[in-house]
Amino acid sequence: MASVTFDNATRLYPGSTRPAVDALNLEVADGEFLVLVGPSGCGKSTSLRMLAGLEEVNSGAILIGDRNVTDVPPKDRDIAMVFQNYALYPHMTVAENMGFALKIAGVNKDDRAQRVLEAARLLDLEPYLNRKPKALSGGQRQRVAMGRAIVRQPQVFLMDEPLSNLDAKLRVQTRTQIASLQRRLGVTTVYVTHDQTEALTMGDRIAVLKDGVLQQVGSPRDLYENPKNVFVAGFIGSPAMNLFPADVTAEGVHFGTAIVPLERSVLAGVDGSQVTVGVRPEDVVVSPNRGEGLQVEVDLVEELGADGYLYGHSEVEGRRTDIVARVDGRIHPNMGDIVYLTPQPGHLHVFDVQSGERRSSAVALA
Amino acid sequence: MAISGSLNITAAMVDPALLDLPWDLPLEDWPEDSIAALPKGISRHLVRFVNLSGYVIAIKETSEDLARREYEMLRTLQRMDVPCVDPVAVISNRTDENGQPLEAVLVTRHLKFSLPYRALFSQALRPDTATRLVDALALLLVRLHIIGFFWGDVSLSNTLFRRDAGSFAAYLVDAETGKLYPGGGLSNGQRENDLEIARVNIAGELMDLEAGGRVEEGVDPLEVSERIVAQYRTLWKELTGWEVFPGGERWRISQRVDRLNDLGFDIDELAIKTDETGTQVRIQPKVVDAGHHSRRLLRLTGIDAQENQARRLLNDLDSYRATFGREGQDEEAIAHEWVAQVFEPVVRAIPRDLKGKLEPAEVFHQLLEHRWFMSQKQSRDVPLAEAVAAYIDDILRHRRDEATMITPPTGLITLPMGADEDDDWRSKV
Repeated sequence: MASVTFDNATRLYPGSTRPAVDALNLEVADGEFLVLVGPSGCGKSTSLRMLAGLEEVNSGAILIGDRNVTDVPPKDRDIAMVFQNYALYPHMTVAENMGFALKIAGVNKDDRAQRVLEAARLLDLEPYLNRKPKALSGGQRQRVAMGRAIVRQPQVFLMDEPLSNLDAKLRVQTRTQIASLQRRLGVTTVYVTHDQTEALTMGDRIAVLKDGVLQQVGSPRDLYENPKNVFVAGFIGSPAMNLFPADVTAEGVHFGTAIVPLERSVLAGVDGSQVTVGVRPEDVVVSPNRGEGLQVEVDLVEELGADGYLYGHSEVEGRRTDIVARVDGRIHPNMGDIVYLTPQPGHLHVFDVQSGERRSSAVALA
Repeated sequence: MAISGSLNITAAMVDPALLDLPWDLPLEDWPEDSIAALPKGISRHLVRFVNLSGYVIAIKETSEDLARREYEMLRTLQRMDVPCVDPVAVISNRTDENGQPLEAVLVTRHLKFSLPYRALFSQALRPDTATRLVDALALLLVRLHIIGFFWGDVSLSNTLFRRDAGSFAAYLVDAETGKLYPGGGLSNGQRENDLEIARVNIAGELMDLEAGGRVEEGVDPLEVSERIVAQYRTLWKELTGWEVFPGGERWRISQRVDRLNDLGFDIDELAIKTDETGTQVRIQPKVVDAGHHSRRLLRLTGIDAQENQARRLLNDLDSYRATFGREGQDEEAIAHEWVAQVFEPVVRAIPRDLKGKLEPAEVFHQLLEHRWFMSQKQSRDVPLAEAVAAYIDDILRHRRDEATMITPPTGLITLPMGADEDDDWRSKV
């Protein structure tokens, strides 16, 4: 097992002026589950393929453990792309299906049997080792495919959107299985997804990319509570954080008609008279004092049992801005109502309106 | 007939017969009367074959995103003249009778006379067949890499094979994992990765055949799987490698062109560099195009054939010209005569009920072989008409139909499976 290091790793496609991955610096600790997440075209898959040896690294380096693998061919990097091709062979037993790649690699028979057995135990497949794939359920077949990667005992597992072609139910199931298996095996894993829910539920840490540039890396909680910039704030979390421009005064910042007091340090150095404020749907409260806060017309309330989501819109500087707020699932305003919303004390995020960077290291005081 | 009102079909041209299929049923539950045959191939997704008006289509159930992606990819590859299956349509928004959503499907058209590798032997895979399959796949992979296509799942199962005058021509069937990198081409790492995937998959597929008792002695799965690497590297070097020679040996340029022609490629662009003193010349093919012989045959005769078939037909055309050609007669005129006097009479001689056995060009190739054997045996020049009659009765009539063959007749031949569960699994790992 080993750590993984991206050291200023850059990938510039021929004929392109902007790098697909721009000076990526990232360290994945030994045994860690790191998720690369971002919208399509952000460079997450390219980064993974650079680690796998499938993309040239134009500058910078990639290390697995202490070994610089920047110019090492894929098959000599001691990595496994899980789920890359997971055909099961109908005439071979589960044991053969899991172990045949070891035979190709010249591993001796006793070692092969030992590794297959270990993997089968981890995957709860021991009773089926002598069966043919036909006799297995869909989930078991998928575990056999995982077994193919595990028996190779690679230093690093790489997974590129492995759940994208599963139906919703199997996706949730497999998600849990992959995460728990990774924890049991303790193999360093780099996992690519565009789905921030997948990232939040699976990763020890998450690296968010946009336009080839690493935006932030941290634990799911870090990213959720302290997004470094407007992009991360809007990308992580579902429903997404409410973000809109707000005027700054000497005491704080305008939230509709209300003024949310801010620490002096947050306001110091604000460029101009505006900031971007952000508040998560669960941190918005319907103000008991009518007329105080951000005026919102309710478009729809989605009831989800105990909780509900209020979808509404407000006029901010003459522009329609959509707002989402979590409300009580039973007692809540209704479609067409006008309500006034304020942020929970201590849960307003403030970003520079120009650069999008966070204005404070901690959440602003209210 | 049940057409869901909201069925969404993306296709270049829709065959109305497509609409009559039972799209409100999961593919698994389609009635046997609409299914052509159930393939025994190894596939991640359910694939079934259906007889449509006069041809066979393959239907694959998958997510809408994947279906669309693969449809577009296959269309792009076709535009780039890559041998691959014909994408017909993507059908989404399917629902069953209770309104429950069903998976989208990708519809491709079955290639006439193309066969899955498992259908290329009746009892067990012979060593020379294994070799020819791998050689055909290596050539396809080189062609794909040259245009910047990373396959990601190279295997015999993801390929269809057409007979090609003693060899095979390989067609890409599954582009689901593929990605096109136009312009810049593939990195060495990507090419190496595809090769490694090919090696492991081919070994696995042959080991699977072995486990089913369907490989002849003398076929070593590991050896065969390593052959693809060697073949690929040889071809890649010939097609893309720099060659350095002294300035005086200019003939080596045309020699390189000839070698590539022999391999079936035309050079559209060749980079030639000389050093400052002019003593050393370096050449590298920049743009190569497969199909050297088939293009020439098509141009001369209008016959559309595989590369080796074309080579064979052109050889026959050349010997015809040597025998019957008149001075000053141009190549097109003599080719026209050859088609009328030689090729077409042979094709017309094939009885209607035997037309589905083999492609005409393949029949012609086999006929030439047969005529040669007959002549050897009888120590005389057997006339074409006599050879045709003998070939049809002695050979062609006894072959199976391969025009729309999609499933290998494995059912009865495969060894019984599942009966050995008391064995120690360790004996087989």
